[in-house]
Amino acid sequence: MPRKTLTIKSKVESLSILDEKGNLDADLDPKLSTQKSLELYRLMLLARRLDERCINLQRQGRIGTYGPCRGQEAAHCASGILMTPEDWVVYAFREPGTAIFRGWPIEHSMYFWGGFEEGCRPPEGVNDLPMCVPIASQVPHGMGLAWAMKLRGDPHCVLTYLGDGATSEGDFHEAMNFAGVYKLPCIFLVQNNHWAISIPVANQTASQTIAHKAVAYGFNGIQVDGNDPLAVYVATKEAADKARKGGGPTLIEAVTYRMSVHTTADDPTKYRSDDEVKAWEKRDPIVRFAKYLKKRRILSEDLEQKIENEIQTEVRAAVERYETYCKSVDPSIVFDYMYADPAPEIVRQREEYRACLVREGVLKT
Amino acid sequence: MPELTLVKAVNRALDEALSLDDAVVLLGQDIGQDEGVFRVTEGLLKKYGPNRVIDTPLAEAAIIGGAVGMAAYGLKPVPEMQFSGFFYQAYHQVENHVSRMRNRTRGRIGMNMVIRMPYGGGIRAVEHHSESREAIYAHTPGLTMVIPSGPRNARALLLTSILKYPDPVIFFEPKLIYRAFKENVPDEPEFLPIGKAQVVREGTQLTLISYGATMRPTLEAARDLAEDDGVSVEVIDLLSVAPLDTETITASVRKTGRAVVIHEGHRRCGIGSEVVARIVENALDCLEAPIKRVTGYDIIFPYFSREAPYLINAERVKHAAKEVLEY
Repeated sequence: MPRKTLTIKSKVESLSILDEKGNLDADLDPKLSTQKSLELYRLMLLARRLDERCINLQRQGRIGTYGPCRGQEAAHCASGILMTPEDWVVYAFREPGTAIFRGWPIEHSMYFWGGFEEGCRPPEGVNDLPMCVPIASQVPHGMGLAWAMKLRGDPHCVLTYLGDGATSEGDFHEAMNFAGVYKLPCIFLVQNNHWAISIPVANQTASQTIAHKAVAYGFNGIQVDGNDPLAVYVATKEAADKARKGGGPTLIEAVTYRMSVHTTADDPTKYRSDDEVKAWEKRDPIVRFAKYLKKRRILSEDLEQKIENEIQTEVRAAVERYETYCKSVDPSIVFDYMYADPAPEIVRQREEYRACLVREGVLKT
Repeated sequence: MPELTLVKAVNRALDEALSLDDAVVLLGQDIGQDEGVFRVTEGLLKKYGPNRVIDTPLAEAAIIGGAVGMAAYGLKPVPEMQFSGFFYQAYHQVENHVSRMRNRTRGRIGMNMVIRMPYGGGIRAVEHHSESREAIYAHTPGLTMVIPSGPRNARALLLTSILKYPDPVIFFEPKLIYRAFKENVPDEPEFLPIGKAQVVREGTQLTLISYGATMRPTLEAARDLAEDDGVSVEVIDLLSVAPLDTETITASVRKTGRAVVIHEGHRRCGIGSEVVARIVENALDCLEAPIKRVTGYDIIFPYFSREAPYLINAERVKHAAKEVLEY
């Protein structure tokens, strides 16, 4: 009965392709086409500008509390753009770029953070679940979607986003366990942004990496530089290809940084230093990707400006659509989707509420 | 028309649902090879295979959370919780997602899901296996809470919930009466409207209102009151406690003027509280006496060596009925 070290079959890797100084590992470069490169760049920049606009809207009282994605554009956009329409995406709440890529209108973020249920309505034909606030509770849903795909024999995959804080929750571990047991076509993408509100990742887990938590569930994990869009893209592509071929799940830890507040209700100066934030600003994923694209002569200054202008126009139009819609909303529609066929008690309560609103002058009839 | 126990009737409904709709999937702990700890899923793994009748790891939240994903994909998952006392480990999934998905997505994604579980006391089970917490789910917007009282309505309600009801149903099975008696169950699939109570005995002087396992002592009391005391008793089986069939309750009490509500679940904010409120709102002018509640008390359900005297029996129902009749 000797004591010996076991050989564990699961593999844990680390991947970086384009570093913060612009150094490129040419062998690992996925060499995205010009079109795909610009699509990704544009999406990341759109996520950034929308984010900035939403913070302004919150400061002006035009939406409610907002949770920004600044700094995490590569981690979510470079993974999201690999999903086909038949695949499913399951969100946490810092992935607006992926949602827009998938076909959600830009203003869906404004609806959601502006306090309208419409922000959770996936457009027709978009195979996504809505944003999910209770931390990690979406992870079993991604697993369940993948389970259904496997039962149906469909060769697709599910991309589920979560944060480093979510990896402390039971739902994360339960979902990972099921995904391993049934070898489901799942990609669990952890945006390790280092902070769960005020709790640093070191206080969240004693694990050396989040990626190797996959080992306990019998599949592979990979830690990538989450501010490197090329590394995120490659890791996600490999995971998606594997999943669609029946190779089972992958855990991707995208190491990134929450450059902004947790939400606009939060003051991060209470718990983290400016030096730390400044250090991460130098690793900005958009700046890094722009430099790379310019080196590859895919992006010129003129094109950069043109994209910037187009994005500003799109975001402005989205704000207008949002604010026009807000004015026209009947508050009693909150009853409309409780049940497919509401029972008499719900119908009566809706009538009671409408009568109340008419009496109080909120509605005319 | 075979005579079936409640446990066999549930088995039959699951069998029919699996056979009639290939989107139906059963999942849970020990439901496959072991055929369920109460043998509810007997024969189903053999008949439908491991892709339709799935033994899962031991994790309630992932069973329910996984079922959310399955339902979003268009399947009709029927997860089993082995006992209602373990459902709390999945409660956040029910509260945050199962009950809310249709509303959150503005009708785009519904949860055609039936979460089955045995509930209630009386089988001398260890701690955490005897509770009746239907009021929690009745209180949760977006859910439908169904509780059958016998083999025939169990089969029909379960079949309806799975195949004809597009929203999530919490389906409580009264385990005390899983094998207590048999009923004729029609050969052809039978359906019952969800949210409709049944008047199972007609009368003019008193209304007894109950559901689930306590329908038996309630009906026994009604029979005794009629035979021994000549009282004309009406009995309502709620079948669905959310939504609650206000119309049937109101019509009966407007006729009889007297009511007793009976359930094993706790009294405070229990289903009886809601029944009484609706009677007061809709039939106060017809009441001849205060309404009585014969229910579990607001205490932890007794460990099994003390549960027998705690369970509601016909004597207690009759005692309350006489107080109401003699008021």
